[in-house]
Parts: sequence; structure tokens; C-alpha cells
Amino acid sequence: MLLAGRDAQAASSTKHAAGDVGILNVALGLEHQGINAYTLGAQSGLLQKPVLDIALKFQADHKVHRDLLIGAIGKLGGKAVEEHSLDTYAKALNAGQLKTQEDVLKLALSLELGATNAYLSVVPSFKDHALAKVAARLAADEVAHWAILNNALGMPLPAAMLFGA
Amino acid sequence: MKAGLFLVSLAACLNVSLAHAGGDPEKGREQYRSRCIACHSIDVSLAGPAHRGVFGAKAGSVPGFDYSPALRKSKVIWSEKTLDRWLANPERFIPGQKMGYSVSNAKDREDLIAYLRTQTR
Repeated sequence: MLLAGRDAQAASSTKHAAGDVGILNVALGLEHQGINAYTLGAQSGLLQKPVLDIALKFQADHKVHRDLLIGAIGKLGGKAVEEHSLDTYAKALNAGQLKTQEDVLKLALSLELGATNAYLSVVPSFKDHALAKVAARLAADEVAHWAILNNALGMPLPAAMLFGA
Repeated sequence: MKAGLFLVSLAACLNVSLAHAGGDPEKGREQYRSRCIACHSIDVSLAGPAHRGVFGAKAGSVPGFDYSPALRKSKVIWSEKTLDRWLANPERFIPGQKMGYSVSNAKDREDLIAYLRTQTR
């Protein structure tokens, strides 16, 4: 009876881990996209210094996120999703339409906002509360990027409670 | 009495339908850019499946995308009504699916759905 209970507990734990791996892999997918988007921006020749340096710093942050997520997925026994080719991201993001530095920054702004909203949205979905905290910290990084890009573009200050609605 | 109830139900259905018909695709495009593009695009499957031609398509049917078994087995056909239920709470609508994201504001969902409706094949 006790063993049956343990089996049930183990099965439940496995199911919860699988759910968390699924969420982490979606997060990893958006980090792959963010990294490749900044590569596309950097390779476009449209970004001038110091904007280029800032973009590369943000890309480095996303690489930290990527590695952290791959590590967490591995610890849970999951398989991390692989990134697509740069051409795939270029097509998905309509990179051919980017003609100015402002176009690149607006795309980055959208992606950072999307990532912020995505991380905030999944915080309550994690079964492991430590992972929920990681998602919240990742969201904080994304919103920091968003705020700097928003300022660089001269956009209005955000309304209260804009993120994660 | 039954005729009255039928009319009330019909009116309720029409209300739902008209509400989505009133969504603003341009606002929906902005919603898409701020909420969806971290994981989705119209023409390329990334962390989430591509969205072109979603209206009328069976859930879990974009070729090559690695869906959850729950979504693959689902018999849901995407329409204004089913997309609204999905976006409001994916896990409640199709338990076991993988999308952790939801859109709580009904008007935002309406606009998003109006935009997706314009992205035909």
C-alpha cells in the first residue's frame, strides 16, 4: 500500500516535471529566437555604435538565459529544443523589411515585450516554485531590455500594469 | 416558453459572434506583435506553430510542428468561438496542452482573433 502510494507520488512528480519541461522548452524557443533576432540586427549593418554594443549586450543576456534553461531542462530529464537556422528566424521576423536602425529597434522592442509577457504568463503554471521564480527573474531581464529600447526609440513611458496583462 | 428560450439562446450566440466580428484587426496586429511573436509567426513554426490559415483548421494540424498529444488528439476546429476559449484559458479548454500563455482581456482576444482571421492561406 505504501509502495503503491510512492508509485503514485512518483508518477505525479514525473507528470509535473514533464509539464515544467514543456514550459521551459517554450521559453528556450523564445530565447533562441531572441538571440537570432539580435544576430540579424547586428548583421544588418543598420545599427550604429553605441546601439550596436547595447544590442550585443542584450544578446549576451539571452545567451545566459538560454544556457540556464538548457541546464534546467536537463536536470529535469528533458530534451532541450534546438534552435532553427538563422534563415528561418529571418523569414519568421520579416527581416527583409528592416530598412533602418529604428526598424530593428522596434522589432527588438516587440520581441522583448512578447518575452516579458510570456514569462509573466507562465509563472503560475510551474509546479516547481523555484522555476516560477526563475521565470520571474527572466521576465525582469526582458523588461529591463524593453525599457532601454523604449527610451532609445523616444517612445512614451509605459502605463501602469502594462506587462503580463 | 421554449420558443422564448430558443430566441434568448440565439441572441446570446449572435452576441458572441457579433462581438468577435467587431474586433479590430489593426489593433489585433499590435496585440500579436506584443504578445505572440516571442513564440509564433504567421508563416514559420517556432516555439509555437505558424498561424496562417488557422481559421477552419483542425487544432494540432500544422505540418511538422511537435504538438502535445492532447492537442493532436483534440477534435477542435479553430473558429472565433474556439479561439476565444483557447486564448482565455488554454489548459481549461484542452487539458494537457503546452501553451502556458493566456489573454485575460476579452477585447484583446477579440482584436487578436480579428487579426488572425485576416491571415488566410
